[in-house]
Amino acid sequence: MDKIKITIDNKPITGRAGMTVLEAAKMAGIYIPTLCYHPALTPFGACRLCITEIEGMRGFPTSCTTPVNDGMVIKTNTPQLQELRRGILELTITDHPYSCITCPTNGRCELQKVAANIGMKEITLPYIYKKRPTYRNDPFFDRDYNMCILCGRCVRICHEVRGATAITFTQRGIKTVIGTAFGRPLQESGCQFCGACVDACPTGALTERAREWAGLADRDVVTTCPYCGVGCQLSLQLKKNRIIEVLPHEKNEVNRGQVCVKGRFGITEFVYHPQRLTTPLIKRNGKLTEASWDEALNLVTSRLANYHKDEVAIIASAKCTNEENYVTQKFGRAVLGTNNIDHCARLCHSPTVAGLARVFGSGAMTNSIHDIGEAACILIIGTNTSESHPVTALEVLKAVRRGAKLIIINPREIELVRFADLWLRPRLGTDVPLLMGMARTIVDENLMDQAFITERCENFDAFKKSLQNFTLDTVTQITGVPKDKISEAAHIYATNKPASLLFAMGITQHSHGTDNVLAIANLAMLTGNIGSPGSGVNPLRGQNNVQGACDMGSLPNVFPGYQQTTNETVRQKFEAAWDVSLNPTQGLTLTEIFDAAHHKRIKAIHLIGENPILSDPDANHVRKALETLEFLVVQDIFLSETARLADVVLPSASFVERDGTFTNTERRVQRVRKVIEPIGASRPDWWIICQIARGMGGKGFDFENPSQIMDEIAHLTPIYGGINYRRLQKGGLQWPCPTPDHLGTPILHTQLFTRGKGRFTPLQYRPSAELPDKTYPLVLTTGRRLFHFHTGTMTRKVKGLNTLLNEGLVEINPIDADALGIVDGDILKVISRRGEVPAKARVTEWSPAGVVYMDFHFAESSTNILTNTALDLVAKIPELKACAVRIEKSHHR
Amino acid sequence: MPEKQIVLKNCQMINPRDINTYLARHDFKALAKAQVMEPDEIINEVKASGLRGRGGAGFPCGSKWEAARNTPGDEKYLVGNADEGEVGTFKDRYIIENDPFTFIEGITIAAYAIGAKQSYIYLRSEYHRLRNLLENAISQAKDKGFLKHVKIDIREGAGAYICGEETALMDSIEGKRGEPRYRPPFPTTKGLWGNPTVINNVETLMNIPNIILNGAQQFRQIGTERSKGTKVFSVSGDVAKPGVYELVLGSKLRELVIDLAGAETVKMVQIGGAMGRIVSSTMLDTSLSFETILGAGGVIVYNESRDTIDIVLRTMEFLNKESCGKCSPCREGTEAMVKILQKFAGGRGTPKDTGLLEELSSTMMLASLCGLGQAAPFPVIDSLQYFRHDYESRIK
Repeated sequence: MDKIKITIDNKPITGRAGMTVLEAAKMAGIYIPTLCYHPALTPFGACRLCITEIEGMRGFPTSCTTPVNDGMVIKTNTPQLQELRRGILELTITDHPYSCITCPTNGRCELQKVAANIGMKEITLPYIYKKRPTYRNDPFFDRDYNMCILCGRCVRICHEVRGATAITFTQRGIKTVIGTAFGRPLQESGCQFCGACVDACPTGALTERAREWAGLADRDVVTTCPYCGVGCQLSLQLKKNRIIEVLPHEKNEVNRGQVCVKGRFGITEFVYHPQRLTTPLIKRNGKLTEASWDEALNLVTSRLANYHKDEVAIIASAKCTNEENYVTQKFGRAVLGTNNIDHCARLCHSPTVAGLARVFGSGAMTNSIHDIGEAACILIIGTNTSESHPVTALEVLKAVRRGAKLIIINPREIELVRFADLWLRPRLGTDVPLLMGMARTIVDENLMDQAFITERCENFDAFKKSLQNFTLDTVTQITGVPKDKISEAAHIYATNKPASLLFAMGITQHSHGTDNVLAIANLAMLTGNIGSPGSGVNPLRGQNNVQGACDMGSLPNVFPGYQQTTNETVRQKFEAAWDVSLNPTQGLTLTEIFDAAHHKRIKAIHLIGENPILSDPDANHVRKALETLEFLVVQDIFLSETARLADVVLPSASFVERDGTFTNTERRVQRVRKVIEPIGASRPDWWIICQIARGMGGKGFDFENPSQIMDEIAHLTPIYGGINYRRLQKGGLQWPCPTPDHLGTPILHTQLFTRGKGRFTPLQYRPSAELPDKTYPLVLTTGRRLFHFHTGTMTRKVKGLNTLLNEGLVEINPIDADALGIVDGDILKVISRRGEVPAKARVTEWSPAGVVYMDFHFAESSTNILTNTALDLVAKIPELKACAVRIEKSHHR
Repeated sequence: MPEKQIVLKNCQMINPRDINTYLARHDFKALAKAQVMEPDEIINEVKASGLRGRGGAGFPCGSKWEAARNTPGDEKYLVGNADEGEVGTFKDRYIIENDPFTFIEGITIAAYAIGAKQSYIYLRSEYHRLRNLLENAISQAKDKGFLKHVKIDIREGAGAYICGEETALMDSIEGKRGEPRYRPPFPTTKGLWGNPTVINNVETLMNIPNIILNGAQQFRQIGTERSKGTKVFSVSGDVAKPGVYELVLGSKLRELVIDLAGAETVKMVQIGGAMGRIVSSTMLDTSLSFETILGAGGVIVYNESRDTIDIVLRTMEFLNKESCGKCSPCREGTEAMVKILQKFAGGRGTPKDTGLLEELSSTMMLASLCGLGQAAPFPVIDSLQYFRHDYESRIK
């Protein structure tokens, strides 16, 4: 990096080429007043306050737009500059209401700060009353454009960072006002309600309604968002120990000041929701009634003690902390004596864990989130990134803005298609042939990275041979994707390095999910896109701590750190540490647990923070299985659909009421911090589990706090070996982090694969288990939406999110809709072999003909009543992404 | 006589709808000559001629071309700026109406010199009726094989005055809201879609074939030290013969407005449109050149019956309406000026107000982002200088 020597206000400063004068001054601690400047945005040069005097330059160059040059001599604070700034600021203020005292932004307003610095005296110019509009009916935030100074930060962040382009400058000159295209409401403008505009606003023009009159926070605490696996760092604003606002945290490697609507506006309401469980409940005469902790815990310990180890199972939670998952699996293995431990990772990325562990040696994202922004090509397959991992999608947009090629492979027209160079739209469930077709083109045209294949991989010849079955003609026939597009995709991916590959459940939730993952791994190895910045195979994980729950061994076959339960040495290590003898047999998976419950082989389940009645396939079957149980314990923060079936419900503390760590999708272990006392009599899950374990005579559950649990984890889990709370104070650490002086691992497999050599896998095409036929002519696929999370336990408690989306919709192509006489908004019945569900029609070309789409957020339209339990043989993941349905118009609701 | 026809030499002499009438006089000979020259030779010739931009800013044309040529990049653009929005300026309209072919030939030579394969004519929306004429001329030039190395497309504005400003013009061509960009980077290094771009006024490009054909030295023979060649003026207002006149640079204002246009009594002349300068009748011997006053060549004459405050207020109302709204010195500054001028217009000025206008003018001139805000105070400060009594008589 070129060093540049400049002088600012007689102070010698060393800057870097490409820096602006303003950035150099900031670096040197020299304050220059600004209003339109924002570090995340390209310079704008509109507020004119950051003017400077630069020797050899005419006039007064704005420091935000002027790049530094070697030898530049700059003055930032001469009397003439300050006088000029006063003149500029006076103009800015002539049409700003002088109501700072009552402004909701009072104390945080940058205009006030700038005015104080410049020393505004009196306003001599005539006052301009703009009569600009105010909007107070949108979800979450108010807009009062009388207080707007037209710095454009909101517009620019919406365009440059969020890619939403929902708002813009409208009108011109003095009439200029921020608005939407054609003055449509915000909800119809493409607004994602992420709040980035609110956070970027330097005045009181944009304010979060819920905190408007709350005043200034008296402290703030950084913690990790409880929604998706991105792991955004949040800055909780507290006043008198109450959370008044949740802001994105700026200085971290994950979200860098950005967050989505759920993290920004969707937390406080559920935390303080009146429906939070505040006391243990025990089912008496078929009714859940309030009980004391002693009563509830005694009942749980005495009942669980009655069952043989093969009759009980634990369903752990990807929403809980690492520490909670650790004690949960320890309780199962050391106290209940069973390996029947699993959690919802089974339904999301088990093929990733199984597949990538097999061929790379580690089943996790190879690279980091911010690394995606460095890619020259991004291939996005089976992930609707902007809806499911909104902040990760921002890195994709960043790369695209820098000129990266974007390829989307998705049967649905997802939001990111707007930004793509190429969109392939294969038939559902045909990813393996499509990816093999691409691989074949790469091999046939000799675009592969021969050195990488020879030096770092094995089994290439067998793989190459398996490509014989995938001529482009065959592939086109199976996938429906034209040959030239397959070939173009192969070319773009192979020739723009580094290329990053993102995928999620569109890949994994198939009866051939593991094959899909292996096809992706093949493609990345073929082109040498592993182990370097901007490349990689990057599974985007769904839940906030699904990575951590897997890492902690909430799985039937592994101890923490993916150490096999069947491995004698490993087992002995844990037996010694836990001072018990451990069960060597592999446990049941989630889907097998429900089957076993159905057949009364599993008689008791201890379930923590999951809601399988909505989240698991063939929901009616799951419900029956749970009803068949002799004893069901549920820990949750709300009385979920599943908790209603429980014999004992134990109230959990929410993520702001307990300490711990979450591990995000990029293997980064980050702190979760207790900021308020548990609501009512709720308690942290780790405390509850330890109480039960101790009540059943378990040893080694005397933890005083989660930090002690982490120390035990580090002791027994090599990949977490160097992690402790003292280190995490400074920020997250990416595993493997084996020793206390190890800095963590942002990129896996840089020199060698974890298993040594990367292994190519020959593959064959296997169709989805349930194909459409005469009775069920359409294919149903499922997914998530931006405004809700998972089964809606938390998001559906948030009024604004419900305003944005409050019902399950069936997306159906106009061709299918026409054939069935359906118009937008009709109430439909969606029927599969397993059940039927009511939902409203949304006629849209986002869905290809022959495919309908539903999300699973809404209990009223419980999509998983329809889905298929057909399993992937390796990972035991059910085929949630494809089942056959038919649709009928419903005549009443 | 100061009149000399270089730019306008074909006007009224050819049929603007028939390239053959143009070929009969001229035959695209300049392009043919240019195409056997190295691009650097052409640029040196244009530099040597001393040709400066005719759109008002007067930037040396050859240097602009050189900067774009020397910036690395495969994609470069040339734009013929026909967004003739300045008040009282209509010379480019006259030129295009009468001789679109020299303009097109100028574009082809400029594009060849800088290495642009794509060029645009940015036509102001009010000149929509010229579009067909231009398209016809382009297609005839193409049919004759003169556009093998460059594509010429027309882009129309949407009515914004500011889009004549070169950076706002680029936003408009890119399909964005037309707002000026900060400089540097200049368009010659980072212009349309981030690529090197040259934006030349119509009249500037009209001079190119002549320079190539007859050489820089001949071009330099007329004009002043730093203003070579001729300038086309549009004269309007209180004159007997409003219209378009081409004069040798350095001619006197008197020769233009009295001798040629036939003004009888003159109170003031506004040179360069709304953002131009105002001079009083005592200054008619001022020469018209880049060294003195020129602008884009719009000249409006006001006789003794005209009211200074009315003229300045209406000019400011126009600028206020046309301010793009991006930077506050211009956005709020023009508004504040209108408000204060309205007080004078209504006879409600105060002694403080003239000082306020002067302070405000200084802030706007020094702090505005683009030329509009920087030049908007000119009518106010000039009229305060030459017609201060007209303000003071309106103080209550």
